[in-house]
Amino acid sequence: MSRAVKPQRKALNTVLAWGMGLLIFFPILWTVLTSFKTEAEAIADPPIWFNFSWTLENYFTVQERSNYFRHFWNSVVISVGSTLIGLIIAVPAAWAMAFVPGKRTKDVLMWMLSTKMLPPVGVLVPLYLIFRDLGLLDTRIGLVFVLTMINLPIIIWMLYTYFREIPVDILEAARMDGAGLRDEVVHVLLPMAVPGMASTVLLNIILAWNEAFWTLNLTAAKAAPLTAFIASYSSPEGLFYAKLSAASTMAIAPILIMGWFSQKQLVRGLTFGAVK
Amino acid sequence: MGQITLSQVTKRFGDVEVIPPLDLQIDDGEFVVFVGPSGCGKSTLLRLIAGLEDVTSGEIRIDGTEATDLPPARRRLAMVFQSYALYPHMSVRKNIAFPMKMAKVPEDEQNRRIEAAAKALNLGDYLDRKPGQLSGGQRQRVAIGRAIVREPAAFLFDEPLSNLDAALRVGMRLEISELHERLATTMIYVTHDQVEAMTMADKIVVLRAGHIEQVGSPLELYRAPRNLFVAGFIGSPRMNFIEGAEAGAHGAHTIGIRPEHIEVSDGPGRWQGRIAVSEHLGSDTFFHVHDTGLADVITVRASGEVGLRHGDTVALTPRADQIHRFGADGLRL
Repeated sequence: MSRAVKPQRKALNTVLAWGMGLLIFFPILWTVLTSFKTEAEAIADPPIWFNFSWTLENYFTVQERSNYFRHFWNSVVISVGSTLIGLIIAVPAAWAMAFVPGKRTKDVLMWMLSTKMLPPVGVLVPLYLIFRDLGLLDTRIGLVFVLTMINLPIIIWMLYTYFREIPVDILEAARMDGAGLRDEVVHVLLPMAVPGMASTVLLNIILAWNEAFWTLNLTAAKAAPLTAFIASYSSPEGLFYAKLSAASTMAIAPILIMGWFSQKQLVRGLTFGAVK
Repeated sequence: MGQITLSQVTKRFGDVEVIPPLDLQIDDGEFVVFVGPSGCGKSTLLRLIAGLEDVTSGEIRIDGTEATDLPPARRRLAMVFQSYALYPHMSVRKNIAFPMKMAKVPEDEQNRRIEAAAKALNLGDYLDRKPGQLSGGQRQRVAIGRAIVREPAAFLFDEPLSNLDAALRVGMRLEISELHERLATTMIYVTHDQVEAMTMADKIVVLRAGHIEQVGSPLELYRAPRNLFVAGFIGSPRMNFIEGAEAGAHGAHTIGIRPEHIEVSDGPGRWQGRIAVSEHLGSDTFFHVHDTGLADVITVRASGEVGLRHGDTVALTPRADQIHRFGADGLRL
């Protein structure tokens, strides 16, 4: 017996789904719309939807005032750098836990995850002092380091899950075929784990890109990424919603576009192993 | 060369002793089959030889060289897995080339060996396909090809035919036997299928709970099983065991007689019974005979044309020279 869905029911579901989708998307849409308004139109009451005088002026102002590309480049360096270093540490860790687990492997995994439950603000002061003493404040290296450490548990967990799906026979076959550990990992394990690695990389770039607590607290000017770029527009000189919106749009656009193009890969990677 | 010697090899997993101290000598060019019920340690033994598991104690020598602590990559052994274990992201050609790539064999030599293996295994048309596009039999051939090109000291097969259907299994069995004839390289083959063991082996090693129960040629094991376990394990259908007075008459605790060594007729005979089940295979018929007063059931083989049926009373006569006698300790007398 097939579960027939009545046409009315189907239409209702469609409307509901679209409604939910729009509700979630609305803040982003509103931000983008506001970024094309003048400051006066932006705070108009009742709000103006579409019939305002579209302008790019906010974007020019923002770029002129705070050098978008420098922040953008900092964001790229920090998110890509922390993800790559994270991978270099996580691949051997996940390999060991997936293929030569010890008695305490599960405990180590749980412990790593537990570090994510610590409120970051709890370690802000000590870390700030360490950074100050080591001269890492407001440096990209410092931020790469912090974000690597923060996202490492997630990278290891994800890779561990993907590696577990790989039949150990195939790795043993490689060993029998004369592969040393490095050859086994480089020629057999990693190519087989490519889909999982790709979604791990994508997710971590997104997480690092959006990370605001540490990037705001440990940078001032030189190493400030796009999060700081946005924050600088919620300034004490009064809120400029249109400019803030333009800055936000510029900050989220790259990652949104990347996410859009890779969503298939991302969904496949994140549900990998769930469906078989 | 491919001579493998195990001396006093043991393996423990935690507190469980999977392989108690074991000695075994495998000569160059031999086809040795490890056979036994599941959980008997035959795969573990193979993995110890391969180096995929570490021995707990004892020594493994390959061609006279100590290999106990060598990593698998340096033992010059090739292995064919039950799951084929092909590299799914590589073409058939790259799969076969992989061990040569690891051994840094020159490219033109690699190509020569790939072509030769592909020809021998009928893989010529599939070299550029991925393993996922091949059937089970073809995948197993690729796995064998990957093993051949290494020119190993010995081949290790871990239940390589278990995932194939029955018809294909017979074909591959012959192919592996032919391969052994042609290469004359040592082969160690693990199986739970005694037909594979009987048909392929030069030497069968029967294992139970990590112990070697008997080592010998297929016919030695068939004709003179050392104990009740081997007697029951080798031969299909299995040997009939009779205890009590009938065994006592032969001066034994238990006597064993194979189904093919009992004459069945509707005339007079040594034992009487009633046919409970008859299995007609065409060439042969197997009768499961009840109510003999000897054992719950006596299995006998008759030719395919015998016209006896369920419920018939029959006479059974064992061939006197084919009765195996065992003592109370289960050992052959």
